Amino acid sequence: MWQSLLKHREFLLAGVILLMILGIGSRVPSFLAPGNLVEMFNDTSILIILALGQMMVLLTKGIDLSMAANLALTGMIVALLNFHYPQIPVWALLSLATVLGLVMGVINGLLVWKLGIPAIVVTLGTMSIYRGIIFLLSNGGWINAHQMSSDFLGLPRAVVLGMPLLSWCAVAALLLVGYFLRYSRTGRAMYTAGGNATAAYYTGINAGKMQFISFSLSGALAGFCGYLWISRFAVAYVDVANGFELQIVAACVIGGISTMGGIGRVLGCLLGALFLGVINNALPVIGVSPFWQMAISGAVIVIAVLLNERGNKRKGRLILRDAALARQTSGASHE
Amino acid sequence: MNKTLISESVPSQAGAAPLLRRLLCWESFLLAVTLAVFVVNALASPYFLNIWNLSDATFNFTEKAIIVLPMAMLIIAREIDLSVASTIALSSTAMGFCAQAGVDTAGLVCIGLGVGLLCGLFNGLLVTRFNLSSIVITIGTMSLYRGITYILLGDQALNHYPESFAWFGQGYVWGALSFEFALFIVLGAVFAFLLHKTNFGRRTYAIGNNPTGAWYSGINVKRHNLMLFVLVGVMAGLASVLLTSRLGSTRPTIAMGWELSVVTMAVLGGVNILGGSGSMAGVIIAAFLMGLVTFGLSLLNVPGIVMSIIVGAMLITVISLPIITRRFLGRRRV
Amino acid sequence: MTLTTPLLSLKGITKVFPGVRALENVHLDLWPGKVTALIGENGAGKSTLVKVMTGIYQPEEGELLYKAIPITLPNPEAAHKVGITAIHQETVLFDELTVTENIFVGHYIYRGFFKKLDWPAMHQQAQDILTRLEVQINPRATLKTLSIAQRHMVAIARALSFEAQVVILDEPTAALSQHEIVEFYQIVERLKAEGKAILFISHKFDEIFAIADHYTILRDGIYISSGKINEITEERMVTMMVGREITHAFPKVNCEPGEVVLEVKDLCHPTEFAHIDFQLRKGEILGFYGLVGAGRTELMQALSGISRPSHGEILLNGQAMQFRQPADAIKAGIVCVPEERQKQGAIIELPIYQNISLPQLSRLNPRGVLNDAREWALADEYAKRLQVKAFSWKQPVETLSGGNQQKVVIGKWLATQPEVIILDEPTKGIDIGSKAAVHQFMSELVGHGLAVIMVSSELPEVMGMADRIIVMHEGLMVAQFEAGEASAEMIVSAASGSHEEAA
Repeated sequence: MWQSLLKHREFLLAGVILLMILGIGSRVPSFLAPGNLVEMFNDTSILIILALGQMMVLLTKGIDLSMAANLALTGMIVALLNFHYPQIPVWALLSLATVLGLVMGVINGLLVWKLGIPAIVVTLGTMSIYRGIIFLLSNGGWINAHQMSSDFLGLPRAVVLGMPLLSWCAVAALLLVGYFLRYSRTGRAMYTAGGNATAAYYTGINAGKMQFISFSLSGALAGFCGYLWISRFAVAYVDVANGFELQIVAACVIGGISTMGGIGRVLGCLLGALFLGVINNALPVIGVSPFWQMAISGAVIVIAVLLNERGNKRKGRLILRDAALARQTSGASHE
Repeated sequence: MNKTLISESVPSQAGAAPLLRRLLCWESFLLAVTLAVFVVNALASPYFLNIWNLSDATFNFTEKAIIVLPMAMLIIAREIDLSVASTIALSSTAMGFCAQAGVDTAGLVCIGLGVGLLCGLFNGLLVTRFNLSSIVITIGTMSLYRGITYILLGDQALNHYPESFAWFGQGYVWGALSFEFALFIVLGAVFAFLLHKTNFGRRTYAIGNNPTGAWYSGINVKRHNLMLFVLVGVMAGLASVLLTSRLGSTRPTIAMGWELSVVTMAVLGGVNILGGSGSMAGVIIAAFLMGLVTFGLSLLNVPGIVMSIIVGAMLITVISLPIITRRFLGRRRV
Repeated sequence: MTLTTPLLSLKGITKVFPGVRALENVHLDLWPGKVTALIGENGAGKSTLVKVMTGIYQPEEGELLYKAIPITLPNPEAAHKVGITAIHQETVLFDELTVTENIFVGHYIYRGFFKKLDWPAMHQQAQDILTRLEVQINPRATLKTLSIAQRHMVAIARALSFEAQVVILDEPTAALSQHEIVEFYQIVERLKAEGKAILFISHKFDEIFAIADHYTILRDGIYISSGKINEITEERMVTMMVGREITHAFPKVNCEPGEVVLEVKDLCHPTEFAHIDFQLRKGEILGFYGLVGAGRTELMQALSGISRPSHGEILLNGQAMQFRQPADAIKAGIVCVPEERQKQGAIIELPIYQNISLPQLSRLNPRGVLNDAREWALADEYAKRLQVKAFSWKQPVETLSGGNQQKVVIGKWLATQPEVIILDEPTKGIDIGSKAAVHQFMSELVGHGLAVIMVSSELPEVMGMADRIIVMHEGLMVAQFEAGEASAEMIVSAASGSHEEAA
């Protein structure tokens, strides 16, 4: 039984994260304080939500490099609105951000689905367009904390049942996306469309449409996070979240989500994000400069992809009966 | 990268020689657009038609264009390298430190090329030996290489380069003809020959159209692609030498965002992002086109970040146009 | 609805592809509770007809009638809704999903107002179906961990789960053992008792006569005849299938085999085949027969350098060979014309002459520079020798017919002047004319001293062309026969895994 558990990458990943936390905790005991752990989770919440969006896109064999730009643009828009019209209720701004993000995701999705342009080209293009628009709207200027209303800033920080609302957002996203992917027809269709587009077609699923849906959802999540990010860091400017798309992809890849489509689980996504979150939080604690963050995410992506592909390699058609039986008893059952 | 069911509607200008006619159509179209942009620029700004300004204009795009030459071949072979900009950064950083330590110009050039080579080699080994997706791996190394640059440099800049070093990026070979531009012309010819007239180029097309078929036909696909990655790395190293020499300094943000421009030039030049088709002529013309557009915009004082909106929009528009026209005009594929 | 009204009726179906009329005015009737056998050679249009029935293709002409009511099937989902389901030889399924999900994709079981997928119910039903089929497969297992035969069972389970009215079985027993085939017949009987209309496609006459009630024969896309099984004989069936006397179908030139050129000793692969021993002589055609998934292609891949064996020896002219990649084998003189023409055999986007020169670019252009004249001359020589029908050698291979594409592939390999040439299903999916040409050519090759290995799933082809036949089953060699030594029954039963060995 241990053997089969060990083969489950999530188990390994959780173990590694635990070891990291304990390891650092043994050097710096305050790291293990419950307050600090909650703070770490809170810090990672936005990454978790975005990684969930990216996961859905990856499942359908796409990739979304425009999520950070999406987030920055919607964030800037709601920040501008809040600055000029502080009377607009926050929930309205939040909804607007999500809708704007959805629209941007829909644009990506339509270009991929209806025009058949590869996702990487589309999102490389929209990434620079969306970011450029931030400049046009703000003229390169910044919006700072004192220019934001207290409601605007307060919402994600409101503490409910011991955790900030921001963390609860991540929890809600995990539950919703998890449910969606496991218990809804469209969710399962993402797996089939990404896993084998031809077979999916024979069962009535349009792979392109699934990509469209996944891009729309990831766009909506990015828009939602746009508000969260600006509010959390209390500042909006052109370079918000610049380069964050790499962290998002890294989180997914570490979590076992395959870039070839059709493989990946919400739990893996969460653990991948937590892995990065713990590292990012641990760096300053153990005295490593934040300049290491980029290199670490890069190295982590490379290592994770290496390990992923090793695990996913399909070993031939398994013609010899003994070979097939051996495969099965070594425990490879996933749900 | 794999061809997927979804992307089958993307126009595939497969192969080299027999569809020459169709390829020529794209190049002619590009050429026409380039000339149009040239004219528009000339009308829009009085500074444009000055030979020295034009020569200045070439500096920015030739460095990127030099990378596009091998990148086009890599994309034709169904791979991609998004880490080129970060390779430039790392290579520049290496040169910077060596310059501080007193290494002479020749040594610096070797270091710059060498680091580029190593970066390309690393990418290539990962992708070919372990059968990994080049998009994701090079996204990873993009982060890794620039990350290392940040670790080494932090916030500071390096600028103690020897005087002779500046010639590469700032020198002129004949009148207003800069060394960079001349080098680009020569390399352009070399790569055109490599892609269209050699066994290596033929194999590149074969691999790009059908890697399995190529493998079954006795082509060592892995070794071939590894060489392409190395070539891209070396050219990135060369671009780094030129850029660093021109700027005279190294910052961790050097060449930020260049990977987008490089890919855009390739795609604009008619290289199918899914592999299998493209021509060097198209790529070279596209490089000129992008150079003209960015130069024209800079003359109109358009800020860099707004320019990237235009580059992004150009990328999407250029890929979409053939698809849309085919849908609306109902033309059949050749 | 009486027994005289077909459940599903296809009338006057015509399906046209660019340059090819795949189906011409075809009729087919399926009656509830009866099995109709669809008979025809490879390329007769059977799979095209199936695709029309399952909504993958739309016919240019003709109509479909379900319970005497005209219907259209614009996509596969429509066919599912009407109650038509098909399982194919290599049914495409999802490797990364569980057996249960593979069975229920497209028709999940829901629960509650929000249409939540009911996994426990699906696992249970999947288990029930698998138990009915008497197979030991864990419904929660991931599909990629199953063997070929087991995957096939999952495909059958999927068809059963649809509670469809019309069940199409396309070569369903190709990968099954004798024991499994008997179980399969029982499943078919059960389906008949439930009133389902069954279309059964197979090449095996014994099966056809065992379970079919009616038959329909196609040839070259044309409807030839139909009727009750008990009113026809096998000979008449074959004559109608082939349309001519079958006596001189195989131009076998009797050739004195020369010395041993290839020797294989105890060749093993970790998962695909084991303990392969044989010898091959110059001027000889060695046939490899077996069911789909017997491991023949995998063996040939090891012999031609595409994969690496884990154990054993390959000796070419007495010298031990280690192939790390296909280029090594090609240099040594062993080449393989693979089964999948378009994915493995040729690069169809490239022109004919580029395909032909591809394996020997280094030899042709030692300085690395392309030379049009040399390539052209090479292409000219071999494309002409094989009588490739094309306007110009500059044409992309994809514009050629299947038979001509195959000729280009063979020509490409011949141009490398090999000693051993392996042909994996060389005439699969090719028209009759090209088939004959390929056979003719094979005879010429051995006449010139080449050694030929032919992998084939068509019994008449193997029995007609091969000097010796090796039969494989589930990765192992189970029998070896000289030409004329074995009857069709002996070969087929060896291939199906029954343990009667004839030395």
